[in-house]
Amino acid sequence: MQRIGVFVCWCGSNIAGTVDVHAVAEALKTESGVVFSTDYQYMCSQAGQDIIKNAIHEHSLTGIVVCSCSPRMHEATFRKTAAAAGLNPYMVEIANIREQCSWIHKDMLSGTEKAIILGKAAVAKVNLNAPLTPGQSTVTKRALVIGGGIAGIQTALDIADAGFPVDIVEKKPTIGGKMAQLDKTFPTLDCAACILTPKMVDAAQNENIRIYSYSEVTEVGGYVGNFDVTIKRKARYVKEDICTGCGLCTEKCPQKKVPNEFNLGMDNRRAIYIPFAQAVPKVATIDADYCTMLKTGKCGVCAKVCTAGAIDYNAKDEFVKEKYGAIVVATGYNPISMEKFDEFAYSQSKDVITSLEFERLTNAAGPTSGKLLRPSDGEHPHKIVFVQCVGSRCENCAEKGKEYCSKICCMYTAKHAMLIRDKYPDTDVYVFYIDVRTPGKAFDEFYRRAVEEYGVHYIKGMVGKVVPEGKKLLVQASDLINGKQLHIDADLVVLAAAIEPDKSARPLATMLTASMDTNDFFTEAHPKLRPVESPTAGVFLSGCCQGPKDIPETVSQASAAASKVIGLLVKDHLTGNPCIAQSNELMCNGCSSCERVCPYGAITYEEKEFRMPDRTTKLRRVASVNPAVCQGCGACTVACPSGAMDLNGFKNNQIMAEVDAICKM
Amino acid sequence: MQTVTTKSLCERAASLLGEGTVAAVLGWKRGEFDYDLTPAVFTAAEELTEGFIYNDFSGANLSKYLLKKTREIDGKILVFLKPCDTYSFNQLLSEHRFDREKVYAIGIPCSGMADIQKIRKIVGEGITAIEACENSLLVHTLYDDEPISVSCAEVLTERCLNCKSKKHVAYDELIGDEGEVLTSNRFDEVEKIEALSADERFAFWQNELSRCIRCNACRDACPACTCEKCVFDNPNSGVQSKAPGGEFEEKLFHIIRAYHVAGRCTDCGECSRVCPQNIPLHLLNRKFIKDMNETYGEYQAGEYDNQRAPLVNFSLDDPEPSDVVKGGFDRA
Repeated sequence: MQRIGVFVCWCGSNIAGTVDVHAVAEALKTESGVVFSTDYQYMCSQAGQDIIKNAIHEHSLTGIVVCSCSPRMHEATFRKTAAAAGLNPYMVEIANIREQCSWIHKDMLSGTEKAIILGKAAVAKVNLNAPLTPGQSTVTKRALVIGGGIAGIQTALDIADAGFPVDIVEKKPTIGGKMAQLDKTFPTLDCAACILTPKMVDAAQNENIRIYSYSEVTEVGGYVGNFDVTIKRKARYVKEDICTGCGLCTEKCPQKKVPNEFNLGMDNRRAIYIPFAQAVPKVATIDADYCTMLKTGKCGVCAKVCTAGAIDYNAKDEFVKEKYGAIVVATGYNPISMEKFDEFAYSQSKDVITSLEFERLTNAAGPTSGKLLRPSDGEHPHKIVFVQCVGSRCENCAEKGKEYCSKICCMYTAKHAMLIRDKYPDTDVYVFYIDVRTPGKAFDEFYRRAVEEYGVHYIKGMVGKVVPEGKKLLVQASDLINGKQLHIDADLVVLAAAIEPDKSARPLATMLTASMDTNDFFTEAHPKLRPVESPTAGVFLSGCCQGPKDIPETVSQASAAASKVIGLLVKDHLTGNPCIAQSNELMCNGCSSCERVCPYGAITYEEKEFRMPDRTTKLRRVASVNPAVCQGCGACTVACPSGAMDLNGFKNNQIMAEVDAICKM
Repeated sequence: MQTVTTKSLCERAASLLGEGTVAAVLGWKRGEFDYDLTPAVFTAAEELTEGFIYNDFSGANLSKYLLKKTREIDGKILVFLKPCDTYSFNQLLSEHRFDREKVYAIGIPCSGMADIQKIRKIVGEGITAIEACENSLLVHTLYDDEPISVSCAEVLTERCLNCKSKKHVAYDELIGDEGEVLTSNRFDEVEKIEALSADERFAFWQNELSRCIRCNACRDACPACTCEKCVFDNPNSGVQSKAPGGEFEEKLFHIIRAYHVAGRCTDCGECSRVCPQNIPLHLLNRKFIKDMNETYGEYQAGEYDNQRAPLVNFSLDDPEPSDVVKGGFDRA
């Protein structure tokens, strides 16, 4: 028989506001096994914890129920408290009467009733709890960063700087990501390449960093401290270690009509290419979709001109298996497709472009060598309209756009407008906006300069339609402040397209068993207190894969993620979770259901001798769980038809006792 | 009437026994009446000639008996499998429930099994004997001097009317011709129930399941119910005491059982065949099969001997839980 103590927390007025905490403590006093019950203003405070410790000694408690906030908040705290008083920490149960009760109820009566039910369920469970002792596992001291944009690069540099080896896996032929495509960066207007490329070179030269470019993660197994990852190195048909990056092949390749994705298809590249001058690694890649040699077997020009002999038409995808202690996701973002936004004539006119295309148009290394020219006829535009929130903050157009604010558009549009007015004062610039959002250090000042010093016309209102007519683009818009309809004959229209997580993020999240929100952004373990950790242990988040971010924010988060990784990798051992599965061999059918659902490969089978009713012994196939590998997810316990598989700390009978306690009301 | 005769099967079994290929034969023998054939083990040729029967009442799926018999009997066991039985056979192999090496499986053709309830409806009570002849059955009763002839097609069991396959998916030897996988209307009845309102559906199942006497025949005959220890027999499972609870008795027993066999049920129909209360239990399983087909793509349990059922499988194409919105009270 347990001797259970119940401790009801007020959480100031968070709980006590809608739950009669005295009544809860009183009601739970009479539950089976309960020998002590009390309430206190802040159970997590030092004084509150002392109440628990004293009660454990005074009443010789064997189990504890704390009715308080979510176990994700303070379960660890109260486990430590119990351990300090000599109680096994796994004899502590939390009844969540805050997030799941007081915060969602307005009425004291129903709130109190529910809190009592939740308390009773927890008491019923503790009655069946048994002390548990965690095991330990080792830590592989190497980190994996998935994605080689500024977020991934910064994270890798910081981890490497702390002395740990780190691998960057980048699906494109070069690291650098979106930032490499940008021209200048707000709010200081330094050139993106000037601040990014030194970091790319640092990453390449750092002896702790290994870059797997043109590669993808295809399989993830294992668990925190011991991930097993398979990386697909896509065939680039150029030997990376031999190619000098001289670029001769990219000049001689006869296949000249390949849309250049680095310039967003606004010009062409060859079938063998180096994405841009400062690419890292600076190695050519053959685009198998366009290469005549690979498609027809007739050409071979690049192999002839390559003095290093780096071309290998017979290259195949290679698969590398690596072990990692921690994984950082830095898969970044993409602008959404503009195809569904017919009203802006994006598909009809070359002179309607996205902001990212605009970046390339003003970039010195871009298709126009930095001169602002209309894509259709190469003429200088005199009237430019910027449309904000294209696909962002779309409340009623979820099928085309996104409900969220893409966050970066207000600032980069201010930047674009300012740069145009600075270089071409003869050009009129209009910006149509819903709101201008400029929170951030020196951001609002930056925006005000665009309006006040550079004379950009900011008009509150949305553009209804863009109609190409001759050489002009007729823009119909409303000016909400003056209550007028506007018609502008623009030369160029720039759409601030919403941004969305990269398409590779969803399958990756599935591989990592990391959770995502409805927009496919990775979810953080806690939005405020653990913003760079995924709820999956050992998986960390960096950059736009977690939500829209500008560069300063991305870099801060990248470094934060790195510090979390370093904190994990410095440990020699991780204390495991004792709540792991265990198989009752007498009941096990050996049917393999559990093995098939185990995401960690923790279950194996062995033939064991069993005594039959007739006193003979027979071999029978039974499951056995590797305690070092099991993560306690419980998938096996629900797949097991006979209930032979059970999870320590969450045993079937404990869960059933909780359900019973709730249903008895 | 079946296309293979009891005699021919007996001869083949006797010869395999005689040459020592198998140590025992798993087949059917007469029960109390002609129509209640029951599974039986034969270990000698004389036993076979005396007792072995294969006819329109050899409905029992013998694959489940292999579990126990392969453990009890040293040496190989010959088992006769009708097409639908071979699916259960494979499913049990998928679950490693018996040693394939210990079994010699003979696939035998099946032209459908007769439903004694349907015969009773035609001829009434007091059936003393039933003879098969061509496409009809001659039924002798206490009250009629002449046997009454009923057409076999007229008295086919529901599961045979909706036969999903005449193909043997596993065997060591095949007697007769290989059949084909058929397109059946087996989900029609499920669709009818789906179309009911939640209240009507509840009333339907209340009416059916409240007849249950918890004899456990469905569980004991089910080839998917092969646990070393059933949760309903295990006082520690916490399930035992729940089974009779709720608004109508035994509801939870059947629902829990349906969940336990979900993804593993081959739709052999044994549950409904053995139910003394004629509860259409197979409909519960068919609903699960239908839902799984619709959610994860067509899947036939037991089609191969090493399958991963959708519920214990995982692929990147699996629908997200949020995509699966059907079911429950919201369904019109």
